[in-house]
Amino acid sequence: MRSIRAAAVGAVTMSLALAASACGGGSSTGGGSNDSPKTLTYWASNQGASIEVDKKVLQPELDKFEKQTGIKVKLEVVPWSDLLNRILTATTSGQGPDVLNIGNTWSASLQATGALLPWDAKNFEKIGGKDRFVDSALGSTGVEGKDPAAVPLYSMAYALYYNKQIFADAGIAKPPVTWDELIADGKKISAKGKSVLGAEGSNLSENIHHVFVFGKQHGADFFTPDGKADFTSDGVVAAVKQYVDLMAKDKVIPTGNAEYAQNQSVSDFAKGKQAMLLWQSAAANLKSQGMSEDKYGIAPVPVQSGTPGTGNQVNSMVAGINLAVFKNSHNLDGATKFVKFMTSDEEQKVLNTAYSSIPPVKAAQEDSAFTSPSNAVLKDTLAKSASALPQVADESQFETAVGTAVKELFADAAAGRPVTTESVKAKLQKAQQQMPTK
Amino acid sequence: MSTGTNMTTTTASADTGERTVRKNSPGAARGPRRTGRIRRIGLPYLLLLPALLLELLVHLVPMVIGIVMSFKELTQFYIRDWGTAPWSGFDNYKVSLDFNAPVGDALLHSFLVTVGFTLLSVGLCWLIGTAAAVFMQDTFRGRGLLRALFLVPYALPVYAAVITWVFMFQHDNGLVNHVLHDQLHLTDKPSFWLIGDNSFVALLVVSVWKGWPFAFLIVMAGLQNIPKELYEAAALDGAGMLQQIRRITLPSLRPVNQVLILVLFLWTFNDFNTPYVLFGKAAPEAADLISVHIYQASFVTWNFGTGSAMSVLLLLFLLVVTGVYLLLTSRGRKTADV
Repeated sequence: MRSIRAAAVGAVTMSLALAASACGGGSSTGGGSNDSPKTLTYWASNQGASIEVDKKVLQPELDKFEKQTGIKVKLEVVPWSDLLNRILTATTSGQGPDVLNIGNTWSASLQATGALLPWDAKNFEKIGGKDRFVDSALGSTGVEGKDPAAVPLYSMAYALYYNKQIFADAGIAKPPVTWDELIADGKKISAKGKSVLGAEGSNLSENIHHVFVFGKQHGADFFTPDGKADFTSDGVVAAVKQYVDLMAKDKVIPTGNAEYAQNQSVSDFAKGKQAMLLWQSAAANLKSQGMSEDKYGIAPVPVQSGTPGTGNQVNSMVAGINLAVFKNSHNLDGATKFVKFMTSDEEQKVLNTAYSSIPPVKAAQEDSAFTSPSNAVLKDTLAKSASALPQVADESQFETAVGTAVKELFADAAAGRPVTTESVKAKLQKAQQQMPTK
Repeated sequence: MSTGTNMTTTTASADTGERTVRKNSPGAARGPRRTGRIRRIGLPYLLLLPALLLELLVHLVPMVIGIVMSFKELTQFYIRDWGTAPWSGFDNYKVSLDFNAPVGDALLHSFLVTVGFTLLSVGLCWLIGTAAAVFMQDTFRGRGLLRALFLVPYALPVYAAVITWVFMFQHDNGLVNHVLHDQLHLTDKPSFWLIGDNSFVALLVVSVWKGWPFAFLIVMAGLQNIPKELYEAAALDGAGMLQQIRRITLPSLRPVNQVLILVLFLWTFNDFNTPYVLFGKAAPEAADLISVHIYQASFVTWNFGTGSAMSVLLLLFLLVVTGVYLLLTSRGRKTADV
């Protein structure tokens, strides 16, 4: 009996232990085909306030597509927390959707897997040519010099959202243009008992987006031109320190925000507890939380000095969603047609209006729907002062490693431990060591 | 756990099946009955076959694949067709075990945190569960209600339970800080529970809260089997309550505890849900449990080879611990039985 029990326990142990590991997955080398020309599966990212909202926005458009082409599109809206894992699983198994949304910062990493259809000149021809798209959006579709892994679908940019009432109460006439002004305004706002600026200190992606922009403002990049991680240069250290110092030294970000990761800072802003928020295309989100558009103003994200522009004056990443075709699709022609439909001028207007984003298609951008003051700020930022995150295969690892470093620095600041140039450098050094060496 | 019970029962039934066959066979005639005999011997195996095939499919095949993966350089460049991923020999293991380099160092740190966490959690779960079960042994008004209430944490869906704890541990609006700081004034300023060093305490509290009802349930069942007469005799001999617990209850519970501790240990050591829901993808260093660490090493950094190697190492460690534990406890029991 004892040996039986030992065997049983052994089996249990093995199964429990391996439950944590990544098992399974077949492989499918076969490329795409046109075996099932009448159906498509589409994974959409969650752009609206909820998945239900997305279904309401997208379904009528998919019906329109079916009427035009006779192809039925099966829609699935995938939450952000699952999307990348789902794509990875689809990539490993070869069983996935035909068309899918990807966060544009993942483009280069996913391109490296070879799972997505490359958009060469021939494929671009089928959807009306590469020139239809805005350059800044095309800059976030894969490694430079390679055929893009996806085409831009929605474009977004960071902006400074400010509560008009709190600004008026504190006697601030106009939104801050530089970081020094923001810190000075912060003192007046704190005096009125409101918190100043929101941040998502435990959200790795948010941390990355901000330190990337601060890096640009310090003239520093996180990767060398040949794609090697370079996290410990003086510029990068200064950039990360400046962002964390907004909490540690300047006291404009409340210490409680160090543990925020579920968009609590957006709620704080919508509830009128907090004067400012740095966010990408927040209008639809704020509206769904009950903050009407006349309660807040929208301005470009501050810079070190002067006005936003290129080089050191960059004040946003190029945020957005790309549309990709899964190489293993059984309906490649249909998938291409669907991409053409979704990036057509008319659909671009409908979809980007619904999601308060900016169309990456030049002709659609000219539409009057995108000339409101808030959209004008976003459009201007995208056109003049936004920069794409590094388009390198290790981008996803970079987000994890450096994002975690910034999270830990925020935790230090929140606990009242000093954040010094040395402590920032040490954390970044550790992050760099975690990057793949091959 | 179902595998464990499955295997025990199935193997046991194969055993008895064979024995019955043998007992019957001497009476049976030879020759034409031979096929019948084969059929009779074969029957148990035939009946076992579906279970065996499923077992292979569900458990062993993925396990073997996982082990194979650990010898490959399975990064994002190869996951699409991972037959083409180059063999890397023991490279993944070398990276995981080189404690002077960052990856190995982080794994070792995570391992030590997990060991400390598991020991504390299992100890507390067992202590609280046993104490509660012993106190609830006597009948009193409302006992059933209390028993049911105690089991609630165990019955709740993990996600719902842990996300509630996340809300309670929040710095600004959390219940924990409200009670400790605002009401009782035990701390100078509100503490952070989900980031920084306190996260270990938070994780431990949730884990014990979630785990002790299971210990309570099992010990309670074990207590039902201790004859009342033993206690009566002890009482007549003048043994107090503490002595009764030490001399009667605990020794009688020994076989139950042996299994209970092992199961709690394995569950706690491998727990993924609790830390993942509490802290998300990047756990604070103080609470960086090995299951989330491995998840991060494979899924978040897209290096499935290293992740698999770490899993295999974990598997080996748990096998050794379990083996040694079973060896020690069963030897101890044998001497006790004599």
